[in-house]
Amino acid sequence: MKKILLFGFGNIGRQDDGLGILLAERMEELALNNGFGLLDFEANYQLNIEDALTISQYDVVLFADAGVNQAEPVMIAKVEPSAQTEFTMHAMDPSFILHLCRGLYDTSPETYIITMRGSEFEFGQPITTEASQNLNAAISMVARLLSEITGVEFAADFNKETLTLNH
Amino acid sequence: MGQKLTIEPVTRVEGHGKVTIHLDDDNNVVESRLHIVEFRGFERFVQGRPYWEAPVLVQRLCGICPVSHHLAAAKAIDIITGVGPDGLTPTGEKMRRLMHYGQIFQSHALHFFHLVSPDLLFGINANPEKRNVIEVAREFRELAVQGVMMRKFGQEIIKATAGKKIHGTGAIAGGINKNLSLEERDFFKNGKDPMNIDKMIEWSKEALQLFKKYHLENKEFVDGFAAFPSNHLSLVRKDGAMDLYHGVLRAVDHEGKKILHDIDYQNYLDYIGEGVKSWSYMKFPFLKNLGKKDGWYRVGPLARLNTCDFIPSPLAQKEFEEFKAYTKGKPNNMSLHMHWARLIETLHAAEVINDLLNDSDLQGTDLVAHGKKCDEGVGLIEAPRGTLFHHYKVNSDDLITMCNLIVSTTHNNEPMNIAVRKVADAMISGQRSIKEGMLNAVEVAIRAYDPCLSCATHAMGKMPLELSLLDATGAILDRKLK
Repeated sequence: MKKILLFGFGNIGRQDDGLGILLAERMEELALNNGFGLLDFEANYQLNIEDALTISQYDVVLFADAGVNQAEPVMIAKVEPSAQTEFTMHAMDPSFILHLCRGLYDTSPETYIITMRGSEFEFGQPITTEASQNLNAAISMVARLLSEITGVEFAADFNKETLTLNH
Repeated sequence: MGQKLTIEPVTRVEGHGKVTIHLDDDNNVVESRLHIVEFRGFERFVQGRPYWEAPVLVQRLCGICPVSHHLAAAKAIDIITGVGPDGLTPTGEKMRRLMHYGQIFQSHALHFFHLVSPDLLFGINANPEKRNVIEVAREFRELAVQGVMMRKFGQEIIKATAGKKIHGTGAIAGGINKNLSLEERDFFKNGKDPMNIDKMIEWSKEALQLFKKYHLENKEFVDGFAAFPSNHLSLVRKDGAMDLYHGVLRAVDHEGKKILHDIDYQNYLDYIGEGVKSWSYMKFPFLKNLGKKDGWYRVGPLARLNTCDFIPSPLAQKEFEEFKAYTKGKPNNMSLHMHWARLIETLHAAEVINDLLNDSDLQGTDLVAHGKKCDEGVGLIEAPRGTLFHHYKVNSDDLITMCNLIVSTTHNNEPMNIAVRKVADAMISGQRSIKEGMLNAVEVAIRAYDPCLSCATHAMGKMPLELSLLDATGAILDRKLK
C-alpha cells in the first residue's frame, strides 16, 4: 500500500491564508473518525528545506495551500521538480522541495498541490464564507484523488451538520 | 533624461517591497531606496484583546520567526504581570532560553546553507543557475544534508519547548507551560547520529571553517563589498557578555565608542526615535542623542559581535577573539562579515543548547511566577535578524490599549538602503541596461541582513523578483525577472 502524506501550509492567524492547514486538519479528523489509516498529516507556516527529508519518506505527497487570483475555487495540479529559488529563504515552493528531495535523498514522491482560492488575508479569524465553501469542495476533490491514487473506494459526503469519509 | 531602476521582490498579500535606483541624465546613481511593508495593521488588531493572549496572538505576525515574537511578547507580558525580567523561575527562564537558542540555531543554519553556501562554494560571479542550494545538493551533498539536519534539529527544539510548530503556547505570562522531559532531553543529547547536540556543534565548527577559507581566498571582495561605517545596537548581558535572550541595551559607534550606555530597555522611548520618509511605509529608527541624520544603526549578528565584550561559551569565544583581532578590536563594519558573525552565533547557540540540556532545572516543576499587575511592559529579544521590541499598555479590564513593535528589519532600514547605494554606485552607475550581476549584487547586499520581506502570510501565485529600467516618463527600457 502506498504511503501518503497530506501537508497543509499557511498562517491560520491570517484568515484565508490558513486554508491549507484547515484542509489537513479536517482530513485528519475525517480519517481518524473513520478509521482510515492510509494518510499521515503535517502542517506548518511554510515549507522549508527540512521538508525535503519529510517527503522523502512517502510515496505520494499532497501539499495544500491557499491560492490567490486563481481561475477555479479549487485546483489540483501535479508538481514537477524545479530549481527555481526565491528572493529570500523564508518560504519555499513545493516544486523546489521536491527537487531538493530528489537531489538529497534520491527519491521523488508523486506530488500534488491543492490550492483553494482565498480572498481575505487580514489578521484574525475565521476564514471567509467563500473560502469555507472552497475548503468543503477541496475535501471532496481530495477524497476523489485519494481514490484514484490508492484504488480504495471512498468519498467525502458533505452536508452542513456532518462530514463523513466513507471507504 | 533621468532613469529609475526598480527591483521588485516577492509580492505578498499585505503589500510588497521593492528597490528603486534613480539615475541622472548621465546614468549616475543619484539615490537608491528600499521599500518594505510595515506591521502597523497588527498593532491595531491586537488592541482590545486580553494581554495574556499576546504571546500567541503575535505569532500571526510572522510565519518565519514566530518564536521571536512569541518570546518578546511574553517578556513584555511578564512585566505587566509584575514578574519582571529577572523574576521567572529557573525552569521558566531556561526553557524559554532553550526555545530561543533553538530558533537562533535553525534560522542561522538555514541562512548559511541556503543563501550563503552557494556563493562560497561556486563564487559570487558564478552563473545564477548554479548559485543555489540545489547545485550545492548536487555537488556537495554531504554539506547540504548537514544544512537540512541542523535546521531540523532546531525545529525539534522549538517543538519540544513551544509545544507545537504552529501557534506554540510554551511561553505564558510569568513563565512556561511545560518542562523538558528526560526523554526529550535524551533525544537531543544522545539522539541517533546525526540528530544530537554533539554533531550540531561539530557541524557548526565546520561551517565556520568553510567561511574562513572562502574569506582567505576572496579577501578583497568579502571585505569591500557594501562596507560602510555605522553605529551598532543590541542587547548585552549586564557584564557585557553576549546574551540573545535578555540584558541591557547598548550601542557603539563605528570606532567602538559607547553611544548608548547599557540602558534598561523599559525606557527605550527616552533613547530611540522613529523617523518617517514620504516614500516608505517603514520607519527609520535612530538614537535620539545623535539625531536622525547620525543616529541610525545596524542590528543583527554583526552588531551583536560589535557591542558585546565577550561570548560566554568557550568555542564561540575563541572564534570571537579571531573575529575581533581581524579589525584590531574595533567594530567590524563590513557587510559580508555578517555571515562570519552569524556562524559564530550559530556555534554559540549550539553550545548554549548543550549547556541547557545538561541543566536539571529544565526538568523542574515550578513553571510560573506571580506578581502584582501593572499597566505597561516592554519586551526585548535578540531575534535571529536583530533586536525585536514589543511594547504594550493595558487597562483595568486587562485589555491591550496600545501596542508598538519595532522589528529587526525596521532597525536595519537605513543600513540596507546604504548597502544598496554602495552596490549601485559600484555596479550600476554608467550602465544603460540591466546586467545579471547587478541584480545578484543588490540581492547579496540585502540578503546579508536577512530582511523579513514576507513576514506574515504567503499564498501561491507570487510575483518573481523583478528588475526594471525605466526612463523619466516611466517607460520600461529594460526588464529582468528572476
